[in-house]
Amino acid sequence: MSQGIAITGMGIISAIGNNVAENYNALVTENIGITRVSKIDTIHKNDIMVGEIAYTNQELETLLKLPPENNYSRTAFLGAIAAKEAIKHAGITDISAYKTGLISATSVGGMDMTEKYYYQYLEDTSTQKYIAGHHAGDSTQKIAEQLGIQESLVTTISTACSSAANAIMLGARLIKAGKLDRVVVGGSDCMSKFTINGFKTLMILSDTYNTPFDDNRKGLNLGEAAAYLVLESDAVVKAENKPVLAYVKGYGNANDAFHQTASSENGDGATLAMEKALEVANYKPKDIDYINAHGTATGNNDLSEGRAIIRVFGDNIPEFSSTKAYTGHTLAAAGAIEAVYAVLALQNNVIFPNLNFHTQMQEFSITPEISLKEKPLKTVMSNSFGFGGNCSTIIFSKEAK
Amino acid sequence: MKNVYINSVGSVSSQNTTDDADFLKEIISYNDTTIPALNPNYKDFIPPAAARRMAKGIKMSIVASKIALQKANLETVDAIITGTGMGCLHDSEKFLSAIIDNNEEYLTPTPFIQSTHNTVGGQIALEIQCKGYNFTYVHGSNSFESALLDAKMQLELDEATNILIGGVDELAAHTILLNKAIHHIKETPVESSKVLNSNTKGAIYGEGANFFVLSNKKQDSSLAIVADLQTFNTLPIQSVAEKAREFLLANNLHPSEIDALILGNNGDVEFDTFYNHLATTDFQNVQQFVYKPWIGEFNTASSFGVLLATNILKTQSAPKAFQMNNIVSSQYKTILLYNQYRGENHSFTLLRQC
Amino acid sequence: MDALKQELKENIIEQLNLEDMTTADIGDDDMLFGDGLGLDSIDALELIVMLDKNYGIKLTDPKEGRHIFESVNTMAAYITEHRSK
Repeated sequence: MSQGIAITGMGIISAIGNNVAENYNALVTENIGITRVSKIDTIHKNDIMVGEIAYTNQELETLLKLPPENNYSRTAFLGAIAAKEAIKHAGITDISAYKTGLISATSVGGMDMTEKYYYQYLEDTSTQKYIAGHHAGDSTQKIAEQLGIQESLVTTISTACSSAANAIMLGARLIKAGKLDRVVVGGSDCMSKFTINGFKTLMILSDTYNTPFDDNRKGLNLGEAAAYLVLESDAVVKAENKPVLAYVKGYGNANDAFHQTASSENGDGATLAMEKALEVANYKPKDIDYINAHGTATGNNDLSEGRAIIRVFGDNIPEFSSTKAYTGHTLAAAGAIEAVYAVLALQNNVIFPNLNFHTQMQEFSITPEISLKEKPLKTVMSNSFGFGGNCSTIIFSKEAK
Repeated sequence: MKNVYINSVGSVSSQNTTDDADFLKEIISYNDTTIPALNPNYKDFIPPAAARRMAKGIKMSIVASKIALQKANLETVDAIITGTGMGCLHDSEKFLSAIIDNNEEYLTPTPFIQSTHNTVGGQIALEIQCKGYNFTYVHGSNSFESALLDAKMQLELDEATNILIGGVDELAAHTILLNKAIHHIKETPVESSKVLNSNTKGAIYGEGANFFVLSNKKQDSSLAIVADLQTFNTLPIQSVAEKAREFLLANNLHPSEIDALILGNNGDVEFDTFYNHLATTDFQNVQQFVYKPWIGEFNTASSFGVLLATNILKTQSAPKAFQMNNIVSSQYKTILLYNQYRGENHSFTLLRQC
Repeated sequence: MDALKQELKENIIEQLNLEDMTTADIGDDDMLFGDGLGLDSIDALELIVMLDKNYGIKLTDPKEGRHIFESVNTMAAYITEHRSK
């Protein structure tokens, strides 16, 4: 029998809330976080919509009580806020009491500062503190410092939009293998001009609210967010008599090996990822009660993912929805954001609606859940797919066995 | 738990490491602040249609991984795990400077696609049609070690049989200027053999790609056993020797039983102290090697250290130029590697003869 | 028109890094995508930028490119009709 890994805490900051409670409230009241860009000066501001976090960098700095000479990127600020909430939620007061690691995911890292000061760096020494903060691992090192994780296993994963799902997967495997007793897993990505323009060149940004799985979908909205889960070994859970929120039961990662950015027509990689996750969990497709889909609202993803879901689940497709209409696509953080939502779904026995859906896709007949639905849930599957063919699936469960 | 073997290597570096025939036979000395990797004939390895959009980091990685696969006698693998500190830096710079210079107009997708860190792993998967597990670690000087750790865990638990892992980073013009501005790169050129005694701030930077086929099945081509690996996000200098002892003790070893110690010294007067501390205390009677003066510092330079260790174990000989002290071991059975960058992301790696 | 076609071939080779090709290798009617030159969806995006930058033609949906980029002939015809620079 496959044993799940206990989740004992979670933290999140996204366009729909600065903590877990605010996010849940927004999800059940259908309060979306998509607006025009306000914090980044871009010529595309009237062509795109985004999921921004309300706090300014100054406000985040104050919340974290950082000295003004700090060199935090926005990715590090957001990550620190969410990771600290997760640790607090897990009731951890002494981080060194157990062998604790951190696996964080990011795709932009410190790019927000680099793009501000790229040329200025060479002349203005006051900006140079950010140069060493550019690389993706820097935000992770800072989050570890904020949590007090020292002399331990700390690493960063960057597999585009599947990154945080992969961080959860690695964390669960490290606990299973006995390498760590406790691990904080998740991801953080801030909005940047670099990503806005990158996705713009791929022509997959919608000029209005994103509409996952809708026949007339026009592309995605970028979002910024951070979210972390605390995973703990059974021994720690037992010794500390910890309440367990849910379990990481299955995980699968596969590569589509089809194209640098696009998913294959039939979702080969996505199918493999879901099948592997079911196998690790020792589940049959019928054991899945709800799928939180990747559902970015690009023409390519939703078609490929929908076909993969049909391949895996056949005629018995569980309720599914994408929550990206709320938050936008939060890239490397998405897998962790949606992991928090999966746990919230399990805890509250609700399926969050796939907002903005109006027209059935022509290519198949499966339809996402479009309004909040109460249903007793035992298991939730969460998909995250990314560039480079990277496909990941995590299965969360109420039960360990 | 199963043993984990290094069954083959493939390498593109600033030394002769791509071809077996002249592998590290003549050590090239440099006198610069940055050392580019030697370009192999890419066309021998990559079809032109695929190569036309590839950044140097991708091309180096495809060559290194194809060589590694070929030497392990494999067409494909169960998983591909890549480590890269900065990804394809040149294209990231290209895209960012275009955004700024053209005020966000007329931007093309190719440099953006190459700028995503997992583009190397993704393109190797495309090239060898590997639909298996594909991860990319981007954690400074522990990027490659994270890939090694992940692969080792999967192989020990028999979740995979053959895994391709590698470390890759590339040099890029603007980032060189930035790192010179903050003295992470030395201000003036230094000859390779004098890097360690330069007594100045910063390192000589380099680039390269080193890939390995790891397996839990021993075969004729097997080069070494990955006995153990441990990484630390932080480690105060006064704890380094103690952690090294603990790490060895966990493997029933004492520092005196190590046949060679491979250190990541890069000549930075501020941070070589971490290595020197080990070299002059517990391991002062052990043969010591360094390699970064000849290939440059980069986040995944330590993958070259593993390449060097693997080669020493297999051939029972080592390039004299890389030796740091005067001790010569009579045989090489167990090699310890220690690496860190600017006092962060430390690692101990233990390799054994197989 | 012939000058435009020659210019397009040069730009296609340069923009798409087709380093082993010369303009003589691209026939006016050759299929640029699929079985012809073997270009893919990323190349199509590159060509869309080229239309904008060199000829002032803005496409908002990549699907529009499918017919325009069939061959050098179709590109030249479209550009001649729609160019603003």
